[in-house]
Amino acid sequence: MKKVIMGNHALSYGAMLARVQVISAYPITPQTQVVELLSEIVADKRLAAEFIKVESEHSAMAACIGAAASGARTFTATSSQGLALMHELLHWAAGARLPIVMADINRAMAPPWSIWTDQNDSLSQRDTGWMQYYCQSNQEVLDTLLQAYKVSEKVLLPAMIVLDAFSLSHTYENVDIPDIEQVDKYLPPFVYPYKLDPQQPHTFGGLTTPEWYMEFRYKIQAAMEQALPLVTQAGKEFGDQFGRHYDTVDPFMVDDAETVLVTSGTAASTARYTVEQLRRKGVKVGNLRIRLFRPFPFADVRRHLKKAKRVIVMDRNISFGHHGIFAQEVKSALYGHVDAPVFDYIVGLGGRDIFPATIENIIARSQKAKKPSQDMHWVEVKE
Amino acid sequence: MKPTLPTAEYMSPGHLACQGCGAGIAMRVTLKAIGPQSIFTFPACCWTVIDGPFPYSCLEVPLLHVAFETTAASAAGIRAAMKVLGREDVVVCGWAGDGGTFDIGIQALSGAAERNDDIFYFCYDNEAYMNTGIQRSGATPYGAWTTTTPVKHFKKERKKSIDDIVWAHKVPYQATASVAFPEDLYKKVVKAKGIKGFKFIHIISPCPPGWKSKPEDSVKLARLAVQTGIFPLYEVVDGIYSQTLKTPNRKPILDYLKLQGRFRHLTDKDVAEVQRMVDQRYAELEKRFSGN
Repeated sequence: MKKVIMGNHALSYGAMLARVQVISAYPITPQTQVVELLSEIVADKRLAAEFIKVESEHSAMAACIGAAASGARTFTATSSQGLALMHELLHWAAGARLPIVMADINRAMAPPWSIWTDQNDSLSQRDTGWMQYYCQSNQEVLDTLLQAYKVSEKVLLPAMIVLDAFSLSHTYENVDIPDIEQVDKYLPPFVYPYKLDPQQPHTFGGLTTPEWYMEFRYKIQAAMEQALPLVTQAGKEFGDQFGRHYDTVDPFMVDDAETVLVTSGTAASTARYTVEQLRRKGVKVGNLRIRLFRPFPFADVRRHLKKAKRVIVMDRNISFGHHGIFAQEVKSALYGHVDAPVFDYIVGLGGRDIFPATIENIIARSQKAKKPSQDMHWVEVKE
Repeated sequence: MKPTLPTAEYMSPGHLACQGCGAGIAMRVTLKAIGPQSIFTFPACCWTVIDGPFPYSCLEVPLLHVAFETTAASAAGIRAAMKVLGREDVVVCGWAGDGGTFDIGIQALSGAAERNDDIFYFCYDNEAYMNTGIQRSGATPYGAWTTTTPVKHFKKERKKSIDDIVWAHKVPYQATASVAFPEDLYKKVVKAKGIKGFKFIHIISPCPPGWKSKPEDSVKLARLAVQTGIFPLYEVVDGIYSQTLKTPNRKPILDYLKLQGRFRHLTDKDVAEVQRMVDQRYAELEKRFSGN
């Protein structure tokens, strides 16, 4: 069924189709519509689930942890300060190997207060052991949610579906909502092998001496490595069944591109429009959208950038005292494999619009230089 | 002699509690009443250690270790999962110390109490952060030494009344208990098991290293806490208070204080001040017991 819906509702419908069993959430702008619609769906009994309306995001994740450890498929959604408040429990969910799926609506961190988009909230959670998917369209949001459960429940790692505040969360787009019978075929019920069960009582997460702690960490990394091909496989199987294919990265006109613009999230839409405009003028430019951030798709990034003469990374985030975070990741992927210089541009923080002209300027500026004159450039910033 | 408690045990002797630990007794008795069809969550607390290091556990019930401030919220999550998975018979219990209840966990506790989540919340109260080396908590009583309220600057604030805070949520069942009165604790847990909704049980649990008391005095101290009136035994069912152990001739508080090194520095004047506080609080509770 095709329906014009907002990004937030794509998450609600996705969770409904995934037959999530426990939802626990706390409101924050711009996430609210996700859980508003879900609370109605649950109250209407269109979904056999329990909805716990907790008193904080910290408790939202705590309840998800308890529910997932009991063997229920769980879901929550948050944003910005809410995600930051959960931070301790993001480590906990991953350490406990619970395949919780959560949506994060990318919103800038305060102070100063902002409700608009940038990626510092989710990227600050980089090392918590959560998989992270960055989405470009409402369709992708819904589809990714289903794929995320499929992969996470195999590798027992939690996953975050990330979408830009307002430019995706509140933007209405045509979305194909699949039939639940089809989704059931794609996504089997969750069977957690290590659940809390009085018939087989076990203790989980107890005090662990140096003799064993490192092995637990090693296994999380091994699961991340195992997840990488599974994301590709889940995206392919999804495509075979629903006609929409997904992978770890999403290349656009990169094969013969001399300049490749690397983006994530909705910035890719503007980047692609600009790429098309420039191609008409004979500029050999392409766009590589990074969809999966954790685990980082090193080989796929290298493969698509190996012929590029220059790589431009647009970072809607900043690691203070270092560079843009996607640029760090791309550089580490290319180091020792691909020689192209990497230009890093900090753009669109706190929801500042990224226009085609912004991108054209970035490309023009980079094409004049053989290598970057500085490690990163702030775009259109009032100094 | 007929035993006054069931002989079934769900806690094995190979635990790591200190000698004379009240929290060990509290768990052993509680489990006899709760039974094996249960799931527990433990935040950071003495019981994180008492249960035993990975891969050991001294309990015969499933147990999820959770973050310090999440006892109630994680138990709520388990409860929701059990419901949706068709296991409504499973009793879900949060089991936390006083720091995890009075201080860092109070928000999640309040949230679950307000939602009336169908869980037990047990607080075994040893009146300080004992597991980290005896730092004061909101549960530490007036006059006590701790490592963050040293003798010269002993604790000047009163113990936070967590029971009144929980009472303000109008939960269906709450009670106080003492490890010196296991039959009373057992009875309360069994009674509360039959009540749907949020159940709060606050157990005074002496701690020899933290109270600077003799291990063999733990049960005596837990008894004196009740007999002096500093920790009266009562329950509140649907807002109605009832004292479960009457103490018409309360013993002087000094009997309780003098067995504990943490109060050794108190002068006669200080003791009189503690006695005044105990009397004031007891009078307040007596009014509630008599329905006034």
